[in-house]
Amino acid sequence: MRINGYIPIILVTAALAVVPLVSSSNTLFNFMVMSLIITLAAQGWNILGGVAGQTSFGHALFFGVGCYTAAMLQFHFGVNAWVAFFLALLAGAAAGFILGFLSFRAGLRGSYFALITLAFAELMRILANASEWTGGAAGLLLKLDPGLANMQFESRASFLWLALAFVFVGLVISRAIAGSRFGAHLVAVRENEDAARALGVDVLSVKLKAISLSGAMTAAAGVLYVQNFLYIDANIGFGVWISVEALLAPLVGGRGLVLGPLIGTFTLHGLGELTKSFAGRIPGIDLMVFAVVLIGVVAFASGGVLGLLRRFAPRLARRIAV
Amino acid sequence: MMLSTQTITMRFGGLTAVDQASLRVREGSITGLIGPNGAGKTTLFAVIAGFLQPTGGQVLWQGRDITGLKPHQRAQLGIARTFQIVQPFQGLNVLENITIGSYLRHPKTDEAIAKARAVAERVGLGRELEQQASSLTVAGRKRLELARALATEPKLLLLDEVLAGLNPSEIRDIIPVIRAIRDDGVTIFMIEHVMQAVMNLCEEVYVLAQGQMIAEGTPASVCNDPAVIEAYLGKGAATRIANLGGAHA
Ligand SMILES: Nc1ncnc2c1ncn2[C@@H]1O[C@H](COP(=O)(O)OP(=O)(O)OP(=O)(O)O)[C@@H](O)[C@H]1O
Ligand SMILES: [Mg+2]
Repeated sequence: MRINGYIPIILVTAALAVVPLVSSSNTLFNFMVMSLIITLAAQGWNILGGVAGQTSFGHALFFGVGCYTAAMLQFHFGVNAWVAFFLALLAGAAAGFILGFLSFRAGLRGSYFALITLAFAELMRILANASEWTGGAAGLLLKLDPGLANMQFESRASFLWLALAFVFVGLVISRAIAGSRFGAHLVAVRENEDAARALGVDVLSVKLKAISLSGAMTAAAGVLYVQNFLYIDANIGFGVWISVEALLAPLVGGRGLVLGPLIGTFTLHGLGELTKSFAGRIPGIDLMVFAVVLIGVVAFASGGVLGLLRRFAPRLARRIAV
Repeated sequence: MMLSTQTITMRFGGLTAVDQASLRVREGSITGLIGPNGAGKTTLFAVIAGFLQPTGGQVLWQGRDITGLKPHQRAQLGIARTFQIVQPFQGLNVLENITIGSYLRHPKTDEAIAKARAVAERVGLGRELEQQASSLTVAGRKRLELARALATEPKLLLLDEVLAGLNPSEIRDIIPVIRAIRDDGVTIFMIEHVMQAVMNLCEEVYVLAQGQMIAEGTPASVCNDPAVIEAYLGKGAATRIANLGGAHA
């Protein structure tokens, strides 16, 4: 059980890692980099919303905090990109802790909590759009200066591997949590808070740890975004789009499951790209695909893609420990 | 004294659910709490376990005032409760449910699972480990409730009507389990309507009626207490029964 749980993670990561070796399509690389960034954001969402059951509509808050912490530290203070990255992780965790402290201590749950997260993300979007420090509506543009030390790469393949390495770390962390006492406590809080309390679980503390970790992970995705595009503005960093992506992927892939966010993101965006290539560039066609997939999941497969696998191939599902 | 409550009062708005209730639970005993429906028994348990902050009074644990402690802190001290309305982790199987409890004293996953298996075996759930909690029978759910609490390795086990809804043969099966738990050194304080079980198990019984503690003593003595009979059967019942007995003599 110990090592076995990690084998699917290693296999999936290896499979994605060889893509740049067998293809040199820029379109494919861009698709994969973007999908990996979203996967990482969704992995953050999954710990809080999937495993611990505290649904957030506002993970853009953490994504944006990651984006802007990294961008502003580099832009205003010339801080090294890797240092900025670690500080962005801390900022994401701190944002999570503060949001959690305010809402969980007040006993907010379910849709009330979800709405509060949305409100905070929107508040930050408006602030980032208005402040000079964040470059206002024009956003911040970072200097192009490729090199590992600057977390920038000339080759698309290298950046893809970097993003993949981040996702891999996210998978390993999620997997380690799933097999631990902390993971059991997260699930207990999701399933029944009173029962958890009666068994000695400090529910508030568990939720605060979950939201801090979740915030840090999604902030890491924000940093990747900034390092990839060297640009950020409020509608990207704190935009509703990433809140939706971060939430949708785990739902489609398998809520609360280690591989759920990765499988969900690649399913959604894979289908989106396929449709685009068939239907041509009809604006918003990929969003229509998302909507159809979401309706399908809600109506027929509440466990997502991995839930279907469990139903139709339980042996395989068990083997890959989903 | 392992546990005592001192003049606990619990009000919900205008309703006084528990009214100045005091009791003592001796270490190593099986103590009962009985009383008519709505007497305030579950409310008193919730106060003892920290789920409700009492309007007045104190809860003492081994002489120390724990009224201000949170439920999880009391669980860590060794107070475990079951819920009258069972509260399983619906989406988890039996073993996973119990493991949440055993993690309290066993941070390592392997040890927690091993402990959970042992507890499941003990309460007769050994063959349902993989079954979803939501698919258990009533008797199964009651056993699960007991198993989870037991997995926290408590010093004091608060059982809220774990026999309710079970048929006579299921009750016969579980009574020895409860006695064996006590014989292993766990003090038991149980709310129970099934008098056969109370008579069988309890050394000391408290009777709560309309929030007030109206009697305490051995099961036999409280059952013959006029105040208790009236609480259950209505005013004047005790004299009517006494007259009836006299007529037969
Ligand atoms: N959270 C609450 N808010 C308001 N009233 C409550 C609450 N909990 C219990 N009550 C009321 O307090 C009284 C005592 O309820 P309680 O559940 O403690 O009784 P009980 O002795 O356990 O009864 P039973 O034998 O039916 O389980 C009842 O009138 C109940 O309606
Ligand atoms: Mg009750």
